[in-house]
Amino acid sequence: MADVVKAGSNGVETVTLTIDGVEVTAPKGALLIRVAEQLGIEIPRFCDHPLLAPAGACRQCLVEVEGQRKPVASCTQTVADGMVVKTQLTSPVAKKAQAGIMELLLINHPLDCPMCDKGGECPLQNQAMSTGRTDTRFHDHKREYPKPVAISTQVLLDRERCVLCQRCTRFSDEIAGDRFIDLMDRSAAEQIGVYRDDAFSGDHPRSAIDEPGYEQETAEPGDEPFNSYFSGNTVQICPVGALTGTQYRFRARPFDLVSSPSVCEHCSAGCAQRTDHRRGKVMRRLAGDDPAVNEEWNCDKGRWGFRYATASDRITNPMVRREDGELHEASWSEALEMAAEGLRNARDGAYGVGVLTGGRLTVEDAYAYAKFARVALRTNDIDFRARPLSNEEADFLGSTVVGGTDVTYADVDAASAAVVVGLEPEEECPILFLRLRKAYRKGGFAVTAVAPFLSRGFTKLDAALVEAVPGGEADLLRDDPRVAETLRAPGALLIVGERLATVPGGLSAAAELAARTGAKLAWVPRRAGDRGAVDAGCLPNLLPGGRPVIEATARAELAGIWDLEAGIIPSRPGRSTDQMVADAAVGRLGALVVAGVDPADLADPRLAEQALDNVGFLVSLEVRRSAVSRRADVVFPVAPVVEKAGSFVDWEGRLRTFDRVLTTTAMTDARVLDAIAAQLGVALGTGDVNAVRRELGGLPATRADRIEPPRVSGIGAARPGDGEAVLATWHHLIDLSRLLEGDEYLAGTARVPVVRLGKVLAERLGVAEGDPVTVGTERGALTLPAAITELPDGVVWVPTNSPGATVRRTLGVTAGAVVKVSAGAPAGPILASGGSR
Amino acid sequence: MGAVTDSVKGFGVTFSHLFRKVVTTDYPFEQPKTAPRYHGRHILNRHPDGLEKCIGCELCAWACPADAIYVQGGDNTDEQRFSPGERYASVYQINYARCIFCGLCIEACPTRSLTMSNEYELARDNRRDLIFTKEQLLAPLLPGMEHPPHPMRLGDSEKDYYVGALTNPGTSAGAERAPWSQQHTADGSGSAGELS
Repeated sequence: MADVVKAGSNGVETVTLTIDGVEVTAPKGALLIRVAEQLGIEIPRFCDHPLLAPAGACRQCLVEVEGQRKPVASCTQTVADGMVVKTQLTSPVAKKAQAGIMELLLINHPLDCPMCDKGGECPLQNQAMSTGRTDTRFHDHKREYPKPVAISTQVLLDRERCVLCQRCTRFSDEIAGDRFIDLMDRSAAEQIGVYRDDAFSGDHPRSAIDEPGYEQETAEPGDEPFNSYFSGNTVQICPVGALTGTQYRFRARPFDLVSSPSVCEHCSAGCAQRTDHRRGKVMRRLAGDDPAVNEEWNCDKGRWGFRYATASDRITNPMVRREDGELHEASWSEALEMAAEGLRNARDGAYGVGVLTGGRLTVEDAYAYAKFARVALRTNDIDFRARPLSNEEADFLGSTVVGGTDVTYADVDAASAAVVVGLEPEEECPILFLRLRKAYRKGGFAVTAVAPFLSRGFTKLDAALVEAVPGGEADLLRDDPRVAETLRAPGALLIVGERLATVPGGLSAAAELAARTGAKLAWVPRRAGDRGAVDAGCLPNLLPGGRPVIEATARAELAGIWDLEAGIIPSRPGRSTDQMVADAAVGRLGALVVAGVDPADLADPRLAEQALDNVGFLVSLEVRRSAVSRRADVVFPVAPVVEKAGSFVDWEGRLRTFDRVLTTTAMTDARVLDAIAAQLGVALGTGDVNAVRRELGGLPATRADRIEPPRVSGIGAARPGDGEAVLATWHHLIDLSRLLEGDEYLAGTARVPVVRLGKVLAERLGVAEGDPVTVGTERGALTLPAAITELPDGVVWVPTNSPGATVRRTLGVTAGAVVKVSAGAPAGPILASGGSR
Repeated sequence: MGAVTDSVKGFGVTFSHLFRKVVTTDYPFEQPKTAPRYHGRHILNRHPDGLEKCIGCELCAWACPADAIYVQGGDNTDEQRFSPGERYASVYQINYARCIFCGLCIEACPTRSLTMSNEYELARDNRRDLIFTKEQLLAPLLPGMEHPPHPMRLGDSEKDYYVGALTNPGTSAGAERAPWSQQHTADGSGSAGELS
């Protein structure tokens, strides 16, 4: 007798049944197909997916159940006591039924396997071989449709290949909440399609037709494109080749690909991925299977955003600035010598060296920077935060976040309530959004959003809104009874995003609120390397392992581990990114080492560029030519994620380790730093990723006291005057990010940049939906179509970094600032208009 | 004394060979005839209007036991059409340093695009030249054929091409025949590709 109930799971009601003559005890309510699977009996199926609700749409999984008049679909049949089941292995009836279903499915399925992208990894192909008939009895014309239909710029639909299993529509409806596709028409003409009206349009006033996308038979004008952030998953779970991705179309065959496990480098969700490559080139990426993190899903950004590494502006050789003032390619030894000399002069000079690391580094690289700054440059002037920030945030990270793994995805699953502040899960951490949605769908879970309005993502979570004017979140967290009441429930979560750092007192209030209500607190940054950089010590007030700079014990511990004389690690906290930028702009910084930072992401891009121009000596470690490398004195090429081994730490604090996918000569940041340090006479010991891992793993827990949580009081939201409004802003998932360059099909599904404003403000300005509205400051203005949204009066929202809406560069401000709002485009030429693709 | 007898004996062997059949060939001035189904260099055939039969499916590369074939699929558009249907081979290479002339690729080809000629003069003085590209492998254009890219001339859809392939073989006819036999094919249209 076999037993598919886990040992020790007392209290689970079980039933005993027989499958193919094997008696088995299974939990009550389990599906027959799953129980058989656990016994090792594989029943063919198309529509069945363990993470989707049962549908019984394809009928391929028919089995014989004793006492039933006809074969039953095992994917919808729950097990019962005493049931006697015979699958195709023992029952001629089941075998014949399955062969019959397969024959019917194949009547209209084209025989274009040689040119179909699914050919070679196709469940239909495989199961037609294993359970189908050897020949067809249908000798007539198959159903034909014009193909393929571009249902979005990145997903193509071949309707004649579809077997109507509804995996895609069920995924979109159940998991993503984006009902863009559905079954259309009836009977033999039934097919998957996109909607032809705007009932489900959401944020998408334009059609896929306008996109410079696929030159194909496209959807009809007026169709609503499948612009879901999770549409790539439907391509992956399609059991036939009906849904294919534009980017991978005809690029390779599965049997010709080498699949390597990898981890997504885009956001802090930490998705497991599978990278398929051939001949040293990445062909596609798929969601990996990790039930504890991303289950079997990922977002389109992670799936399709990988072309940046093969862009034509990759740096392949070191470059140095020679006497003529131009950058020239140079040998490694010359570049290393020059970098070391410049850094040594600056370190021994009056103003010291600063290090900006950005949020894209692996833990190993981040640790190398942290150690390099302390040991080789003898400074605490290191900061990973390439975005608007505050000193309060640094204290919050040191007191509450570092080293903690309080909240996990499983906690989100099990939570009773969540309050989300300063975070837009669908845009900023899509897999967290899917988990929140899963918990919401399960029931008994309520989301409360502290935000200016309920975005599309929050609407899909059916969230309650605590309306917040940007800047006023701190007061709400401190005083609002609804928020506190929600968090008092057992198993409640307080999820704060990195944007809360721009609200004075916001993070103080969040930490205090979590302590007061007993709710678990999670900090969700936007970039993959952010959390790892906190733990690795890329902060002016934190040393590796969460050791506070100001604690003598902490410094002594590290000095012991690193074999340093006392006093090498400075005892005072260093300068933050903003302070370094401000100091460098006026020439009060000797040198800067910059890794993977786009000045356009910083709070004031113009000042940041001025700082890069004015700093005494600039060393840039970059994958591609950038605004930093153009200004640098020495540029070192480093490896993109796909060409190196490393680890990210996701927002939970979970280590996500990955190996090198492509073998190239590109070096990691840590190895380059090791070489520079050697020139400075310091043995950094970070030349090899395993050496760094050993050193990191050997780092004992600190005995030093933690930093005290910040106690900054809020100053409340700004009060706009006449013709003004408070700016709310966050990033779209698919925007002008450097890591999305080159993925034009993906860009076609980005949400349309709009200015959101409330009804009252719209009436006062006299604008209707879609009319141009200009948002401006003294520095510049941007004009976008209006979207009238339920916003508090006196608040406007624009995306942070989308085409035509580069808020930080154009306006020079961030969320919470007061901006001028006017109807129409500004008179005269717009000097500082937003960038566009 | 024995020396004289021995040398007469020896010359006798030589002399007797004058009346035997000659085994040396006058290569390269006279090309030896191969067996009709000799496995020689591959040919990528064309449809009768000049479109390529290859659809870039990579099944030949999959079948190849020596990993000698590299194919990269591409997208046909109405402006740039190389083959009927959606897909064509944007890159097609056979590495004759690896090819073992087993012919499994020919069996795998679903469109009868890939066949073998009788050409055997494949020696080159460097490895790079042994990688034959699509331009070298494609069958030459016969009279009435048009150099792709061009629109489909034989029908509205790719089905017209595939269904008519047996009665309308294009350059497949005679592709497997020896170069010396091309004048003698039944319809006179056979051509087995010229030496590159």
